[in-house]
Amino acid sequence: MESLFINLSQAFTAWLMSLGLSAGWADALLLAVQWTCIVAIVTLNITILIWLERRVSSFFQERLGPNRVGPLGCFQTVADALKLLTKEDIVPSAADKLIFKTAPALFIIVAVMLYAVIPMGDGMQVVDLNVGLFYFISIGSLSTICLFMAGWGSNNKWSLMGALRAVAQMITYEIPLAFSLLGIVMITGSLRLSEIVEAQSGVWFIILQPVAFLVYFIAATAELNRGPFDMPEAEQELTGGAYTEYTGMRWALFFLAEYTNLVAVSALMSTVFLGGWQGPWLPSWIWIIIKTYLVMMVFFWVKWTFPRIRMDQLMSFSWKFLIPVSLGNILFTGAGIYFCKWMGWC
Amino acid sequence: MLQTDQYIINVGPQHPSTHGGLHIEAIMDGEVVKDLIVHLGYVHRSVEKIAESKTYQQFVPYAARLDYLATNLPVLGYCQAVEKLLDIEVPERAQYIRIIMAELSRIASHQIAISAGAIDLGATTGLMYGMRDRERIMDIFEMTGGQRLLSAYIRIGGVAQDIPEGFIPAVQSLVADVPAMVEEYNGLLTGNEILAARLKGVGILSAEEAIAYGVTGPNLRASGIAYDLRKADPYGIYDRFDFDIPTGSNGDSWDRWVVRIREIEESAKIIAQALQDMPEGEVKGKVPRLLKAEKDREVYHHIESSKGELGYYIVGDGSDKPYRLHIRAPSFINLMVLPSICREGTFQDIITNIATLDPILGESDR
Repeated sequence: MESLFINLSQAFTAWLMSLGLSAGWADALLLAVQWTCIVAIVTLNITILIWLERRVSSFFQERLGPNRVGPLGCFQTVADALKLLTKEDIVPSAADKLIFKTAPALFIIVAVMLYAVIPMGDGMQVVDLNVGLFYFISIGSLSTICLFMAGWGSNNKWSLMGALRAVAQMITYEIPLAFSLLGIVMITGSLRLSEIVEAQSGVWFIILQPVAFLVYFIAATAELNRGPFDMPEAEQELTGGAYTEYTGMRWALFFLAEYTNLVAVSALMSTVFLGGWQGPWLPSWIWIIIKTYLVMMVFFWVKWTFPRIRMDQLMSFSWKFLIPVSLGNILFTGAGIYFCKWMGWC
Repeated sequence: MLQTDQYIINVGPQHPSTHGGLHIEAIMDGEVVKDLIVHLGYVHRSVEKIAESKTYQQFVPYAARLDYLATNLPVLGYCQAVEKLLDIEVPERAQYIRIIMAELSRIASHQIAISAGAIDLGATTGLMYGMRDRERIMDIFEMTGGQRLLSAYIRIGGVAQDIPEGFIPAVQSLVADVPAMVEEYNGLLTGNEILAARLKGVGILSAEEAIAYGVTGPNLRASGIAYDLRKADPYGIYDRFDFDIPTGSNGDSWDRWVVRIREIEESAKIIAQALQDMPEGEVKGKVPRLLKAEKDREVYHHIESSKGELGYYIVGDGSDKPYRLHIRAPSFINLMVLPSICREGTFQDIITNIATLDPILGESDR
């Protein structure tokens, strides 16, 4: 069980080689298969996740939630997706059509790209980049550009306000997000995610870096545009913000991409702070799934409990609180490492 | 300093957070509100004109549709106004039933104000908690008049029929649960740091300004003025009950929010006392089948509705229909302060202020 997927991919490569392909071609084909698997798993996972969030939120709110289509309503998302596919695709006549149409597609592409570096198990990583963490943060911030494209291209004041909020929020929260991870990079001395996981074989970084974990969690919620930081969307104020003009499957793509981002960020959080795929008894890839889902549950919990924060409060919270705290954490970590070296503990 | 152009953004009449067909033209500079124009009339149904072609009894259900979230209150006000006009006596038992129904409506209305306010602030779970508790009140209304939302149970001269079996235990258990409900709202919403940050210091309405505009109800009391018609000019039998008038001090959204939550508790107190003192007896006074007011006889009657001072001005013309019926709608007057409290705030504060002013468009547009 442990190395099921690794054995599978090795068998696949061996089979390709036996057909007379060179090692390079076999690797390229394997990569293509891996990407297809990621897209398929992400999409499937999201149908489960949307159903799960709707059920979980309904339990928070003392409702029943979707429970009619299939056992416990688990096919509700499929029914909804089919409905969205059959809906009319409206492009406003005043919209900048190229930007309007490409924005949702780019959003989901960017979201799927995040999965390239996440170790989904022992040795299960599409590419083990030596700058994995850096890659993740930089690709993650690209999604804001797609949101801005959507808001600008819609040619609607609500959308534009949502888009501007998204950009302001990204600039503000990207900094504490990156700073909070610096402490871990200082401890491990590497940006490679597999090495960060290896470094947690003894003790998880949530214990060594609790402040960084909290800062990262808050900043990630803001990056994901989830409540209480769902300013760019804000149905009650901006009537959907950047997504106001989108209908049918284009709108669904945004929805899909948001959940894809959510899974990716939760997976990274488990990788960086919760020991990644490490854990006793169960295979490594099951551990990362369990941890990712637990982190996502916390995201759900926060979203369905808190009211939305105000834009100026959101900015001042980051600039006046999160950034100083994360800088302090870096200083403290540096001092700690220096102290350890001086005492000869590490 | 970067100079930017002002732009106009139209909030409503189709917008999730305008509590009905309210249209606001916001003149914005970035996220800052420079000015605000309130456009009303999207729910105008000429209720006052309709009254002139309906007999006094026929207008009762129309009154229920004024404030559809606190349906018994406008009906109570109208019936009492007609009773004043025609000198109709109301039996004791009916008086107590009316008080119970009116205060239940007030609780339901404030629950909507809080839960709709919560969802306007993005706290979707808060909506469900308020709605869940309001559902019990709706069930009690269903017991009495058959209708849940737009009950016309209160009639001219009393109530439609005596309360059914099971009514008193249902109300008693509701009243007993009110402290637990309030604690839950406070735990989930009022105690939340983000909610406090969103409400405190937002939309400050000074006492002077509130009086100048004629603001009444919880919005006036939040500005620190303990003016409640139930105490200031007791109508019905309100002088027999012991309750407090919750007031705020700053007149900001936070005070308006807290005052409403505390009023739920006070209303529960009144209901508990009314249940205890309620006598047996008739529930409908001697009302002639044809109600005719003398020519040129006029009457003004006002009650403390959940939104503020709800007044009815009726002029008789010797027939069974009023010559003129004017409604002093508190929501209409309360909404007039919206531009002044929103100016120089952010866009999000407009939504907060509408939520905490708690207007009802059925009443303000009539």
